[in-house]
Amino acid sequence: MNNNLIIETKHLTKRFPMGKGEFTALKGIDLTLGKGEFTGLIGPSGSGKTTLLNIIGSLDSPTEGEVIVMGSSVGIMSAKEAARLRKENLGFIFQSYNLLQVHTVYENVEFPLLLLKLSSSERRKMVHDALEWVGLTDKMKQKPPQLSGGECQRVAIARAMVKRPSLVLADEPTANLDAANSHNILQTMVKLNQDLMTTFLFATHDDKVIGYLRRKIYLKDGLVDKIETA
Amino acid sequence: MKLAIKLAFKNLIGAGLRTWLNVIVLSFSFVMIIAAKGILVGWDRQAKKDMADWEIAGGQYWNANYDPYDAFTLTEAHSVIPGQFKDEIERGDMVPVLITQGTIYPEGRMQSILIKGIDPGQSLLELPTGRLDTAAGALPAIIGSNMARANRLSKGDYVTIRWRDANGTFDAAEILITDIFTTNVPTVDVGQVWIALDSLQSMVLMPGEATILTFRDQENREAGVGDWKLMTYKSLVSEVDEMIKTKSVGQSIFYIILLILALLAIFDTQVLSIFRRQKEIGTYVALGYTRKEVVLLFTVEGAMHAVLAAVTGAIYGIPLLVWLANKGISLGMSSAEFGFTMADTMYPVYSGSLIIGTTLLVMIATTIVSYWPSRRIAKMNPTEALRGKLQ
Repeated sequence: MNNNLIIETKHLTKRFPMGKGEFTALKGIDLTLGKGEFTGLIGPSGSGKTTLLNIIGSLDSPTEGEVIVMGSSVGIMSAKEAARLRKENLGFIFQSYNLLQVHTVYENVEFPLLLLKLSSSERRKMVHDALEWVGLTDKMKQKPPQLSGGECQRVAIARAMVKRPSLVLADEPTANLDAANSHNILQTMVKLNQDLMTTFLFATHDDKVIGYLRRKIYLKDGLVDKIETA
Repeated sequence: MKLAIKLAFKNLIGAGLRTWLNVIVLSFSFVMIIAAKGILVGWDRQAKKDMADWEIAGGQYWNANYDPYDAFTLTEAHSVIPGQFKDEIERGDMVPVLITQGTIYPEGRMQSILIKGIDPGQSLLELPTGRLDTAAGALPAIIGSNMARANRLSKGDYVTIRWRDANGTFDAAEILITDIFTTNVPTVDVGQVWIALDSLQSMVLMPGEATILTFRDQENREAGVGDWKLMTYKSLVSEVDEMIKTKSVGQSIFYIILLILALLAIFDTQVLSIFRRQKEIGTYVALGYTRKEVVLLFTVEGAMHAVLAAVTGAIYGIPLLVWLANKGISLGMSSAEFGFTMADTMYPVYSGSLIIGTTLLVMIATTIVSYWPSRRIAKMNPTEALRGKLQ
């Protein structure tokens, strides 16, 4: 196995039941993603990009084919193994931030580290580092409802990055942000990608995001339409 | 688990008013159950203590024919006091009581009564029998306050008493009410006149005989001595236990309803939480929780209502219960109206086992109703939960 390979999909197919029939969201996707990539799955709604992202994130499983993430096959993983993969190696960034509303910024960012059972001194240092990366050290005691959309997404990035995962999956991360905030967020992610060699995989149809991507995988009706490398 | 508790606490406090409404309702259940149960425990203890002090001491020997529920047995329910008890009686550790049927005529009315003969010098029972030693032109007698009230008798009153002796011959005399005592034990009060034992023995021509022998110490008692059968303390207070058990069932229905109302509120909150917090559930899964761990988190969160309710209940419940325990609860009724031993004022007793038992009961019940709706999370699709799309 190539040591630089983070993701490999082999003839990945995903079907969902729909009424009495089935809807095929992914129709045999073959892809590879290496370490340190800054890549996007691009396509209109219904093209299968979020489904692909969810399967890679071990939140869903393939109907057919194989998905290997960090050397483990997602399709045959137990729920516990999948949870461990997400806990130790993956970071998620969502369109609507998905922050824990009753927790402070600090606690939201600290959460993945609590799951890893790190000591409080380790956690404190790592949370401070992550908040520094996204420029939110002055807001660590505030709660999400007190923050702007851009700030919330920066907290989400810090939460995804705090444990220094190998792979960050970002689903439409700029969809709820204005242009200025979108560029700010993307620049932060580009910097983290370069500094920490973290692999970023986006699902997007936002031109602002597309402009930053080094590899663009265009999906259409559940198939890879074309791949562009900058 | 530690993380689940920490998170659950944070989430619960973060939910604000909704949490506190549930907690307050549940805390009412806590306090009400403990208060109501405490009254029963207090009643039980007080009733047994009063019975021991006034009537049964450490236990009794009954004449084999004696049946307190059948007055017709009294003509046969007497025999000579066994010689082996002589020393014990002289020491004051055993008190013989002779019982016979009689009639009194207060204010020209006829009233059936029990005439009980007891040693005026006894100190085993609380009965003020010393007042039977009063020298008077008539036979000194003491009665309970309920008996006095029912027959409009007062201290110093004379009243005619009639009885039949061992040969079946009727005789009558005047008695003088030398004292009226107040007791919570109706079985030594209602419909009874107490006179000196030797007087009664000579009146009914039963010298040296008795119906009941009440003793101080229960240890090493023979089950039967001649035609006397042993009635242990436990068997004599079993009626109190039965009555408390009956009351307890009725009371349980009341607090089960209260508890169900509180638990319904928590169940409702849990169901709503699971629907309203789908994104949060999906986020937990995305961050590395298994669905089972999320079920645990939500269950702990629901169960923690009981912990907060216990704390809240303690804040206002402890002063309230301590006040009740000291002040007592006046029922405004007399024990005579019920026919069983019951104080006019109840003093609740809150034992450690009552508090721990109630706390465990509420916590287990809360955990079950929290777990029930949370099981649904285990079937959730995390990708749909993340988008809040579940119906």
